[in-house]
Amino acid sequence: VLISNLEIVPGRRVTKHLGLVQGSLVRAKHVGRDLMAGLKNIFGGELKGYTELLQESREEAMQRLQQQAEAVGANAVLKVRFSTSSVAQGGCGDLCVRHRRNPGVVPCRTSSFS
Amino acid sequence: VSDIIVFLTLLGAGFAFGQLAEKRHYRSIIRRESELNRLPAVASRYPPVDRPYDQALVTGSVVVSVDYFKRFVASLRNLFGGRVTAYETLLDRARREALLRMKTQAKGMGAEMVFNVKYETASISKGRKQTIGSVELLAYGTALIPRERS
Repeated sequence: VLISNLEIVPGRRVTKHLGLVQGSLVRAKHVGRDLMAGLKNIFGGELKGYTELLQESREEAMQRLQQQAEAVGANAVLKVRFSTSSVAQGGCGDLCVRHRRNPGVVPCRTSSFS
Repeated sequence: VSDIIVFLTLLGAGFAFGQLAEKRHYRSIIRRESELNRLPAVASRYPPVDRPYDQALVTGSVVVSVDYFKRFVASLRNLFGGRVTAYETLLDRARREALLRMKTQAKGMGAEMVFNVKYETASISKGRKQTIGSVELLAYGTALIPRERS
């Protein structure tokens, strides 16, 4: 499945619109990472643990998106958008949970011009 | 008294390490930016159709946080209002770093350019307080990879 955030695929055209698909994920990192992040909050700089966490969750969300797209028989997903929000602040102490999804995505069946 | 000592130590450590980290980060950003200058990343939504291209979604993301000193300065700034320069440089660094990572990924795929680049910002608030602390920047776009003619 081709995934793109453009509206068109060069050299091909959309022949069928199959509706919206999305993939979302909520994920947390273990306490050790949170502690490291707390330290980094004093010294400043990149929080590698969290960058990793977000990267992983994004990839998994993309996989789910892809599965959904395959299930409806699409061969391309166009206009992909990402959005992130942190869920569950406060209450859970140092635990940082993230949520990631791709809303407003159009799966299509495309075919070549020639 | 011990509270004040701890506070001042944190402030000093934050200032020293924070400045150092920021300077080093800016140096590396500028160096890599000039290296990747030949790979254009544009916000245009319509790719050229004159040549056959393969396309792939590329992303680059980074989570950075401010140091203790800057957070303190920002909280002071909140009293008087005005530009919070402490956070401005943070966001600037994060945005440029995210774009660079996206470009690096695109280059690794042999892409010629990246289209429809979008940014996405999320502040990661930890704990109960509404401090911005750290921020996540995601840059994503569609890499166009020239297809070899058979």
